[in-house]
Amino acid sequence: MSATPNNLKYTKSHEWVQSNADGTVTVGITDHAQELLGDIVFIELPETGAEYSANQDCAVVESVKAASDIYSPISGKITTVNESLSDSPEQVNQDAYGAGWIFKLQPSNPGELAALLSAADYAALIAAED
Amino acid sequence: MPFIPHTEDDIAQMLAAIGARSIDELFDEIPAALRARGLGNIPSGLSELEVTRLMQDAAELDRPLRCFAGAGAYEHHIPAAVWQLVSRGEFYTAYTPYQAEASQGTLQLLYEYQSMVTALTAMDASNASLYDGASALAEAVLMAVRAHRKSKSKRILMPKSVHPHYRQVAHAIVKNQGIELVEIGYDPATGQIDQAQLKGFEGTDVTALVIPQPNFFGALEEVDTLTDWAHAHNMLVIGLVNPVALALLSPPGEWGETGADIVCGDGQPLGIPLSWGGPYFGFMCCKIEHVRQMPGRIIGRTVDTEGKPGFVLTLQAREQHIRRSKATSNICTNQGLMVTAATIHMSIMGAAGLEHAAGLCARNTQILVDKLSGIGLRPLFRGGRFHEVTIKLSQPVGPVLEKMAAHGILGGYDLKKHYPELGETLLVCATETKTEADLEAYVTALAQALQAS
Repeated sequence: MSATPNNLKYTKSHEWVQSNADGTVTVGITDHAQELLGDIVFIELPETGAEYSANQDCAVVESVKAASDIYSPISGKITTVNESLSDSPEQVNQDAYGAGWIFKLQPSNPGELAALLSAADYAALIAAED
Repeated sequence: MPFIPHTEDDIAQMLAAIGARSIDELFDEIPAALRARGLGNIPSGLSELEVTRLMQDAAELDRPLRCFAGAGAYEHHIPAAVWQLVSRGEFYTAYTPYQAEASQGTLQLLYEYQSMVTALTAMDASNASLYDGASALAEAVLMAVRAHRKSKSKRILMPKSVHPHYRQVAHAIVKNQGIELVEIGYDPATGQIDQAQLKGFEGTDVTALVIPQPNFFGALEEVDTLTDWAHAHNMLVIGLVNPVALALLSPPGEWGETGADIVCGDGQPLGIPLSWGGPYFGFMCCKIEHVRQMPGRIIGRTVDTEGKPGFVLTLQAREQHIRRSKATSNICTNQGLMVTAATIHMSIMGAAGLEHAAGLCARNTQILVDKLSGIGLRPLFRGGRFHEVTIKLSQPVGPVLEKMAAHGILGGYDLKKHYPELGETLLVCATETKTEADLEAYVTALAQALQAS
């Protein structure tokens, strides 16, 4: 059973979103997503400063099985990317909600956060997928 | 007799199962206006006997000419062992090695091929080949746009001294993807890329510069200067190279301070016969930092669960059978049999053999230039060259070539079609296959053809 922490928001495409005190949000992929992907070998990070609209693909996670797009959960501008994933992409497998974060975004429309899934909604979604 | 395994009964059963009355009914979806009504210029069918006779008659019209034409396809000596070995069933019938445990021989061969090509180009990684040089250049352009994420312009500087067919193919493949190929002219004195024109792009967003070496005119480009200039202005460098020339010239991985980023070209000179234009193969290499953007198959060496070495398709997650529409390319494959020939060719020639052959190419071309000066003909461009040279004629090239052909000599390539501004200019190539007598015969035939008119 994969973890779905209550303090985070989620997307149907298996990203998690954490609201930070400075107004940015941190984005990664869920524990469920990393389990499905298997051993992650490479992450193509977005460019700092790049702007994305909600649900636009902005990064790629490559595992031994597949290469999958990461979608920006909400609209905004990339402020920071987790450079340490370039050398150690396995952090996403080991600690999807912590050291395995992928990028931080400055939302251009914070109202979009409300449309994301709660932990309970997301848990129900992946239970239904199984 | 049609070799179709369905009987009339099979067809009737299948049609009944899907509720269709006839096979033609399956095509009702296609509006009548879009359907081809026969093939206008194709005659009706012939018997095997008639076709055999037709082909024999056609083959008799084909006279072998002593070949002094290059322009992208080059006659080289191919040791007899190369195609003798390629024709073995193990190579000849090998299919795509998706199943590593059943394909170690094919995979090892492709791995050796990649190792040889990276040695020749001094690049980090090679793929298992592409269709041909022209599509390899198009793929290199697409790859540069993917790899250079800081550049948003999708503009590629494409010198006019790149093979005209390659430019046409690249344009056809990239034009609908918002990629602009900006034509860069050549210096009328040297035939090299016009560096003054390049200066105009300083400070603008350009994704990559294509550097041909040697270029279509046979001239050697100032690869170090051009590479450093491109890198200083945040462009990637795509080297388009002749693999045989690399046995003599500095490899693209060593151009300038940090080398070319992507390298491609046509592999035909490495053991593939001219064969009236194909099949050939394309090669592609890159720096390791761009390897995930390289299209096509890549073979890697690894160890199995018992620690024994083995070969596999690697980095497959980028590829079309996994990533579908988001694959690095959906219009490529490797040219397995041609690459098998090239690998055997390179291993028989060895580094020293290849260098020797390349040296003879350059020497023969220089001897030809010297002999031509004896009849008052001079190269159009000054500067270094490998095995091809442009010669200015005082009369139309076409009829001159026809007269030379009547003497058994394919005299070269008429540049007028693609470079009308050059007037009557002949592109001539002399590889290691030419003897002193051949070169002498060429000059005599050309002199006679010029006098006759």
